Amino acid sequence: MTPTILEIIVLLPLVAALAIAIGAPARITSLIASFLVLGASLGTALNFDRNAEGVGNFAFQYFAGEQGGGHGRTILDIAGFPDISLAFGLDGISVVLMLLTAIVLLAAIWMSPREDKIEGSSKLYYICSLLIGGGAMGAFLSTDLFFLYAFHELALIPTFLMIGLFGNGADRVRTAWKTTIYLGVGSIILLVGLIAAVVNIGAESFDIPSLIAAAKDANLSGTVQMWIYLPLLIGFGILVSLFPFHSWAPDAYADAPTPVAMLHAGVLKKFGLYGLIRIGAPLFPEGAESLSHILLLLLACNIIVLGLVTIAQKRLDKMLGYSSVMHMGYVFLGIASGTHIGLVGAVVLMFAHGLSVALLFGLCGSLRERYGSLEFDKLGGVAKVIPEAGLLFGFAAFASIGLPGFTNFAAEVMVFFSGFQAYSAETGFTPLQWTTVFALWGVVISAVYMLRAYRNVFKGDLAEGLPAVSDLRWNEKLPIFLLLGTLLVTGFIPEILIKYVRPALEGLMIASGQ
Amino acid sequence: MEPNLLAWSILLLPLLVATVILFFLRNAGGVAGFLATASALITLVFAVMLAHPELRFSTDGAEAPHHEEGHHKDAASEKGGKKDDGHGHAEIDLIGDSEVASYPWINLGEDVLKIDIGLKIDKLSAGMMLIVTFIGFLVHLFSLGYMKGDEGLGRYFGALALFMFSMTGIVLADNFVMMFIFWELVGVSSYLLISHWYTKPSAADAAKKAFLTNRIGDFGFMLGILILWKLCGHFSFDGIQANYGEIKNDLMLNVAVLLIFCGALGKSAQAPLHVWLPDAMEGPTPVSALIHAATMVAAGVFMMARIGYLVAVAEIASYVIICVGAATALIAALIALQQSDIKKILAYSTLSQLGYMIMAQGCGTYGSEAGMFHLYTHAFFKALLFLGSGAVIYACHHEQNIWKMGGLLRRMPITTITFAIGTAALIAVPLTSGFWSKEHILHQALETGHIYGQIAHWVGLFVALLTPFYMTRLFIVAFLGKPKSQNANHALEVSPVMFVPLVLLTAVSLFSVYLGVPEWLLAQHSSVNPIGDFAINITSICSMGALVIGVLAALVIYRGKDKDPITIAPLRDKFYIDELYQKIVLICQDLVGKLFDILDRYLVEGIVAKLPAGLALGAGIALRRLQAGNLQSYAFFFAFAVLLLIFILIF
Repeated sequence: MTPTILEIIVLLPLVAALAIAIGAPARITSLIASFLVLGASLGTALNFDRNAEGVGNFAFQYFAGEQGGGHGRTILDIAGFPDISLAFGLDGISVVLMLLTAIVLLAAIWMSPREDKIEGSSKLYYICSLLIGGGAMGAFLSTDLFFLYAFHELALIPTFLMIGLFGNGADRVRTAWKTTIYLGVGSIILLVGLIAAVVNIGAESFDIPSLIAAAKDANLSGTVQMWIYLPLLIGFGILVSLFPFHSWAPDAYADAPTPVAMLHAGVLKKFGLYGLIRIGAPLFPEGAESLSHILLLLLACNIIVLGLVTIAQKRLDKMLGYSSVMHMGYVFLGIASGTHIGLVGAVVLMFAHGLSVALLFGLCGSLRERYGSLEFDKLGGVAKVIPEAGLLFGFAAFASIGLPGFTNFAAEVMVFFSGFQAYSAETGFTPLQWTTVFALWGVVISAVYMLRAYRNVFKGDLAEGLPAVSDLRWNEKLPIFLLLGTLLVTGFIPEILIKYVRPALEGLMIASGQ
Repeated sequence: MEPNLLAWSILLLPLLVATVILFFLRNAGGVAGFLATASALITLVFAVMLAHPELRFSTDGAEAPHHEEGHHKDAASEKGGKKDDGHGHAEIDLIGDSEVASYPWINLGEDVLKIDIGLKIDKLSAGMMLIVTFIGFLVHLFSLGYMKGDEGLGRYFGALALFMFSMTGIVLADNFVMMFIFWELVGVSSYLLISHWYTKPSAADAAKKAFLTNRIGDFGFMLGILILWKLCGHFSFDGIQANYGEIKNDLMLNVAVLLIFCGALGKSAQAPLHVWLPDAMEGPTPVSALIHAATMVAAGVFMMARIGYLVAVAEIASYVIICVGAATALIAALIALQQSDIKKILAYSTLSQLGYMIMAQGCGTYGSEAGMFHLYTHAFFKALLFLGSGAVIYACHHEQNIWKMGGLLRRMPITTITFAIGTAALIAVPLTSGFWSKEHILHQALETGHIYGQIAHWVGLFVALLTPFYMTRLFIVAFLGKPKSQNANHALEVSPVMFVPLVLLTAVSLFSVYLGVPEWLLAQHSSVNPIGDFAINITSICSMGALVIGVLAALVIYRGKDKDPITIAPLRDKFYIDELYQKIVLICQDLVGKLFDILDRYLVEGIVAKLPAGLALGAGIALRRLQAGNLQSYAFFFAFAVLLLIFILIF
């Protein structure tokens, strides 16, 4: 069988990793592979038929050409056990996440140091980065629940390795272990939930559309749904650093090497959110609803409590780590609203946050490389020395605090509107509306820490004792332009993304009876 | 040119210029300045054409003759349009029968959520565009002289172009979300321009403070938009105007209006969010004139006037608005009495005048128009005063302390005379533009008939006593007498590129009210003409008395003095409001943040991770005989074994 374009997109980074292991030059191979992935993703997105889905018509597009049916390659087909097949398909949601993965993968590889600047095995460095990207891509494109989970695990393991082997700071091994345990436990809880889901639904295959149809037919009671949704929420929640399961994230991002921070915070972390939107809520709509108050409480803590914790940080990398955790609250809010507006906002925000956080961690890595330290006390006024970095960091900072013109704002506006969609003056504020109010205040909080950091690092008097450094190289600027340009284009014209996401979610919501 | 094209060009041209400067001209300040100034001139011409349909080039190439707006006396029915020259169309308004295109920015279905970027062209927006583009152009021109030789010139003009784009967006927005978008964008351009000299710590801090204070206001603004959206089903201005009568819940209507008003609190720097504006004077002076005196800070007033009909029906909200405006007018005027930095005095006077305008917004629809009238007149004379102070600061080698100036009349006669005329308009000398608009506000406050309106009226009169006092003090100390420093002694008159804008603004400050501005503005609701229908009554007598007393008192106290003979510490130190806020922020945000940080690190992580780990360790001790090892490796190997199992299953 000839591979489909989607299989090529997923397997290219993995094949490139294999090639590097065999002996291909690491950086150039990785760059070529990620360029090809981006090109193929863009081409596929343009070929994607946005109108094929619509109201009540939830379907993946498989790009399988002559093969027909397109239900992938059967891996396991034994009686009494659900069928497993390696199948990749796209709907409007996964198109957006495919583009996100491809863009961030390219930027992360591009911003990685040259081979001779890496301490230790530069091959392993690039192989791991490619595996994270390929794994994330596979998770987002799999239409089979089994592989959706497996590809995510494939991406996690190199993440741990990278933090332990190539990370920053003396604590990196400890951080690597901490991250491993947290995310490992999260994955296991998630696995328990998924097994419970498949068993209770009585599904005959792991194919997601069949699962959703089967779940609707199975008509599980609200209590059962709740008890299955709970481990899914906790499991996915740990992976997305939902409060109070977030403690791994700031340390991991502060200690991880730059491409890993970009790829994990930007792309891989979105897996948990994707899982809730793709699997959690569609399979167990009543479960999702009965736990929505708890989710609202936790996400409000993400925004307010962790927002204030972010303000208290004394190092740029930790601050960015916490801020990325905090912003997950907005995506959760969109999901918790259970409305179409909110879910569209959540998906667009995943895209926007992924790009902007990759941008920030990328620039943060450039600063670390130049100054060694990222403590606010030791930096100051560096825009005088590296004006281009200052300008670009300014853009990134304003993108992340949701300035209009960047995608983040468009997405947050949709999330806020979703919070008030069900409001009526007669019934007054429900918990959803109160949480939205807190989320709006979070916008103030995020402006506080971001502008303080920008002020402390880039503006004012030049701090004493800083080494003389040069401004950004082209190998840093071009990937930053790629991320920033995408954010601006989709920020001015968010319809580019919404046109993909809107029909897909309409179809998904109706198919699953949400 | 048809209005659709005109309006979109006014909006998008500055964006184009800002983009070009960002990409290509960051290091070519001269070219950037020329480009931005040219673009400002073009938008000015377009804005004039937008406001005067007879000036638009019609399709058959004939140019209609220009009519002074003053000719449209019976403006209530005449919406600033004209009779069509015989081509079959009936009387047209500003946009005639042409459609103004809008473009869907977010579209989730017509009845779910559809946010458009569209333009609303009526007298309010077309008039405001005239102000923005006229003063904008003059400030660009002035900046060519003032900022000459600055190393960040490209950056400066880029940010200025971004500001023109954002401000135009606010003015022409046809819905609240679009207004909010540009509301935030003016905030950013203001941030960029305040921190233009970013290596100066005070400038960097002031920019941050301005942006954050505005964000607090915008928190309420957005929430208000959301509530209003559900109350009347729309956030477009046309939709709100058509449906606001159906809002049943009076309490929530008041809440929504007050929350939206929070946006105005931030942008128009009303108490208690006024603290950022005086600090914003760290920016270059032309910026202070354009953004922090004439246009952006007036956006809050403009926004309230946009929904004047809504404020008028929200009774409680309108009382709050009156009180906030009057309080700001008073507090700011009191503080201005004791400042010695020329820009700070002007900044506090801006606050005080904005207080008048906001106060008027609470006085019903007529009051709202009076506030807009004051916005127009104030924009001209305050821009004049700021640019004048810029000329002085430039000539005195960046000296801003009025006690180190003096004797400028002989050395800089043009600047001094224009400044004097601006001062006269600000302190409302009869027949100047400022006089008419201020009288009109006081009159409307009294007309409301309720106690809040009356209090505001008397507070307004008291402020009308303070204003002449502090402005006369400023003028005597800075311009008259003997030079009080070397810098002042060596001051020279500024170049034409700087004094021409001053002269033009002086002319407008004096005569704009006689060129039809009141009729243009007040045509929407009232038939009252603040000039034609002016009558001597208790209000006008009191305010003229206040003027005379204020000026004379300042003359007596400050003539020939070398240092301030009066010191009132609370006024000089701005009622310690900044210090109070610093403490609040320190406690509510930084200390709580630190506390949460510690709790997060020890308590949350303890309960979520360490406690289960400890329990498992307890179990582990019991099982130690079976196996040796530590807990962490158990957890890991457990996870790893599961993963391994999966991978074996797959591959």
